[in-house]
Amino acid sequence: MATTTAPAREARTGPPSILLKTVMAVTGLVGIAYLLIHMYGNLMILVGPEAFDEYAHHIRTFGEPMLPEKGLLWIIRVALLASLVLHVWAAATMWRRANAARSQRYVMTRRGYGNFYAKAMRWGGLAILTFIIFHVLHFTTQTVTIGEAHASPAARVLDTFSHWWGVLIYLAAMIFLGLHLLHGFWGGGHDDGAELLAQARRADPVRLHPGDHHHRGGLHDPAVRHPVRASRLRTADL
Amino acid sequence: MRLALKIWRQDRPQAKGQMVRYDIDGVSEDSSFLEMLDLLNEQLIAKGEEPVAFDSDCREGICGQCGVVINGEAHGPERTTTCQLHMRSFKDGDEIVVEPWRADPFPVLKDLVVDRSAFDRIIQAGGFISANTGSAPDAHATPVPKEHADRAFMAAECIGCGACVAACPNGSASLFMGAKITHLGELPQGQPERDARVVSMTAQHDAEGLGGCTNLGECTRACPKGIPLNVISQMNADLRHAGYGR
Ligand code: HEM
Ligand code: SF4
Ligand code: FES
Repeated sequence: MATTTAPAREARTGPPSILLKTVMAVTGLVGIAYLLIHMYGNLMILVGPEAFDEYAHHIRTFGEPMLPEKGLLWIIRVALLASLVLHVWAAATMWRRANAARSQRYVMTRRGYGNFYAKAMRWGGLAILTFIIFHVLHFTTQTVTIGEAHASPAARVLDTFSHWWGVLIYLAAMIFLGLHLLHGFWGGGHDDGAELLAQARRADPVRLHPGDHHHRGGLHDPAVRHPVRASRLRTADL
Repeated sequence: MRLALKIWRQDRPQAKGQMVRYDIDGVSEDSSFLEMLDLLNEQLIAKGEEPVAFDSDCREGICGQCGVVINGEAHGPERTTTCQLHMRSFKDGDEIVVEPWRADPFPVLKDLVVDRSAFDRIIQAGGFISANTGSAPDAHATPVPKEHADRAFMAAECIGCGACVAACPNGSASLFMGAKITHLGELPQGQPERDARVVSMTAQHDAEGLGGCTNLGECTRACPKGIPLNVISQMNADLRHAGYGR
């Protein structure tokens, strides 16, 4: 048989994929940090409408007189928007690269963790992006209202969740977000070697791949159970 | 055993390929997957048909030549190479779908044979390590802590088969690269060029058009040598330490 050679391919350029991945991890963590604060604020609704409205007022006056009114709010908004833009840009670039690297489909694919989350992170991410835009139009700019317009933020929340479809929209968004963070957080900890999460993962990789105990790299593998991270040996020590 | 095989047939690199069905009988449970394909090819040749092209060399699980995707899994259902997979892993009457590694940087040359020279170029980009040549060094001249030696050996098990790329939904070779980088990075001999190595290998990987890792873990599941995901963390940490080559 004559030697067959494949035609040469053009070199791809652009930022290193690992840099993109780091950008996603850092901006994703900014998102998680904000979500935790946001959740703390939202829980005020369980204390009572007054507590909720007071909190909403406080974030507008926080840091005064060092900061102007809504000063902190705008700092957070700019930081969040920048993170979101970077996160989505990195995700879109990685998505494009993945499609270019795998333009042909297998006739048969294994259904499993990876093939599920490859789709869930991206399409689910788009769903979250759509939700974020809606959410800002709804509660921040009040361009969209569910129920009636109210002056009190708490009243707007209570009115929204007295409509079944209001509940449905927010519930669906939380499911997508939960799914995204399930992989994003455990995967993200692995990303640039963030020590704590990476160790948790090395100690118990089965958490990520239920049912895969028996393969190497699984729970029963001593190399994984007692892993060592290369401390940087210096040539001077040798 | 009697089997219904569905195999990817493709004449030339740019030809349009297709799945073709072959029925085969009298396969021994003790034969390897490749021996089963040999049997099929003998029958095809006897009938005057073109045999199915596939790669293999050592047939003992160490050279990394022989990967194909079997029923949607790189190297098939067991954690081993295709050459070390035996027909007892299948049942009489099974339908078996056999496809080549699918990744644009690994173009199909013919049938199940793909061009994996992208891996060679990544290894080349890794360059050399500094070592004195001439007389053999004393065995204890360069002590290596046991944990480092163990992890280096673990990573050095990678045979460069490409199953990780084949299984990755992103078409990324991060597991392969991480294994090579961890292997040398754990050893004293690998230290002088450690930063330069990770920078140029990852740059070559990206230039080849291989995808980026999103921690899906399909690679480690498919890997016949069970290279764990933490080699990818290692590579990322090393690249960060090298300042992303900027
Ligand atoms: C706005 C739409 C969004 C899109 C399109 C998007 C897309 C993605 C994609 C594609 C990944 C990588 C998937 C993978 O590793 O397999 C990812 C990772 C991640 N996302 Fe998002 N995402 C979005 C919003 C968010 C939000 C709002 C948060 C935070 C609350 C977030 C947190 C994270 C984290 C922590 C990661 C892990 C980063 C890593 O790989 O290390 N994402 N996102
Ligand atoms: S890491 Fe595993 S799957 Fe990837 S090339 Fe090496 S041996 Fe093959
Ligand atoms: S032929 Fe060498 S590993 Fe399978």
